[in-house]
Amino acid sequence: MNAVKKLIFLWLFLIPVVAYAESEAAAKDAPKFDVTGMIMHHIGDAYVFHMVSFTNGRGEKVHVSLPLPVIIWHRGQLQVFLSSRFEGGKTLVAAGGDYLKLYHEKVYLTDAEGTIHYDDAHNVLNAKPLNFSITKNVASMLLASLLMAMVFISVARVYSRRGGLSVPKGLQLLVEPIVLYVRDDIVRTQIDGHKADRFMPFLLTIFFFIWFNNLLGLIPFFPGGANMSGNISFTFTLAVFTFFATNLFGSRHYYKEIFWPPGIPIYVKLILIPIEIIGLFTKPFALMLRLFANITAGHIIVLSLASIIFVLHSISVAPLSIFLSLIIYSLEFLVALLQAYIFTLLSALFIGLAVNEHH
Amino acid sequence: MEGINLTVIGLGIIVFGAAYGIGSIGKAAMEAMARQPEISSKIQTAMIVVAALIEGATLFAIVVAWLNG
Repeated sequence: MNAVKKLIFLWLFLIPVVAYAESEAAAKDAPKFDVTGMIMHHIGDAYVFHMVSFTNGRGEKVHVSLPLPVIIWHRGQLQVFLSSRFEGGKTLVAAGGDYLKLYHEKVYLTDAEGTIHYDDAHNVLNAKPLNFSITKNVASMLLASLLMAMVFISVARVYSRRGGLSVPKGLQLLVEPIVLYVRDDIVRTQIDGHKADRFMPFLLTIFFFIWFNNLLGLIPFFPGGANMSGNISFTFTLAVFTFFATNLFGSRHYYKEIFWPPGIPIYVKLILIPIEIIGLFTKPFALMLRLFANITAGHIIVLSLASIIFVLHSISVAPLSIFLSLIIYSLEFLVALLQAYIFTLLSALFIGLAVNEHH
Repeated sequence: MEGINLTVIGLGIIVFGAAYGIGSIGKAAMEAMARQPEISSKIQTAMIVVAALIEGATLFAIVVAWLNG
């Protein structure tokens, strides 16, 4: 047994060397693998839900994906069609005198030839239409909402039928301890008295919504895998909700502390007031950035570890790469819960600072 | 080595600082929990809040480094 362990240990150290030698030999004829492009493609949004790719008997590469609806509002006209009409960017779609072109997973307005204009830094200058499309991320979010609705409506039904104090059964057993934890250890410790229960629906929804979306993003195959909670627009929206929940219900004392802090000389006030006003916005900004960066970083690490195999052009690193991916994956399951917890905790903390009576 | 990427060195320094900060919080929290296990849940919450604040500052730096890199 000891000898086997030693062999495995030695092998783990030898892998990079072997792989490097192989990659030197293979690099001459094989095309270079674009890691950054692959990772950016995976963590970005898309108009199709990609399922599987394979090479068929004739040596052609086949991509199997689910086209998603594109919904465009342009010049007072609503256009709804499946993204398969773009044929991966080869075909233009007419819309109110202009043409729509799919280019690098974004829809632009072009002329009849589909010309894309660039500036010096190779950024696209074409205008974008008002786009309400159900993209991969939106589809994943809708799926998360549907799952949440199914879980919570069925659990709520059981509670209304059997009473809140009955012994929990089935799904209740899963949901009840988490809900109680959020209520007793997150919300009620930060927000005083009866006000805590007013914010419970918002904070519970945010907790479960982030958690469900994080978990769906970790499923590596079809209905999951979208980087929803690692999308900055998504986290921005959640942070804006927290911003409004904090500031719309702020007490008089809270606003006095910001705009006219008592008990300090006037020249300190002049320095402190701008800082306090900036602080109003940095709190939700940090919330937005934290969730976005953590989830995106998790996706990037898992994808990078998987692409070691393709960068080194060798199958002998595959066990190491899969082993490391597995470890990071397990960590990401923890992070999925932890980020939902931190977002909820900090939201509750900010709301508590705003609404609590002064002691 | 041609073209050493300064962004990567900057990210290394950022992560070094954050790891040191969060490590000290963890150390202090564990000592406090060992001395007073009865309030360990309160200490844990405070620990996570402070760690989240450090992480916020770290992420600002990382995003700035990333945008300029």
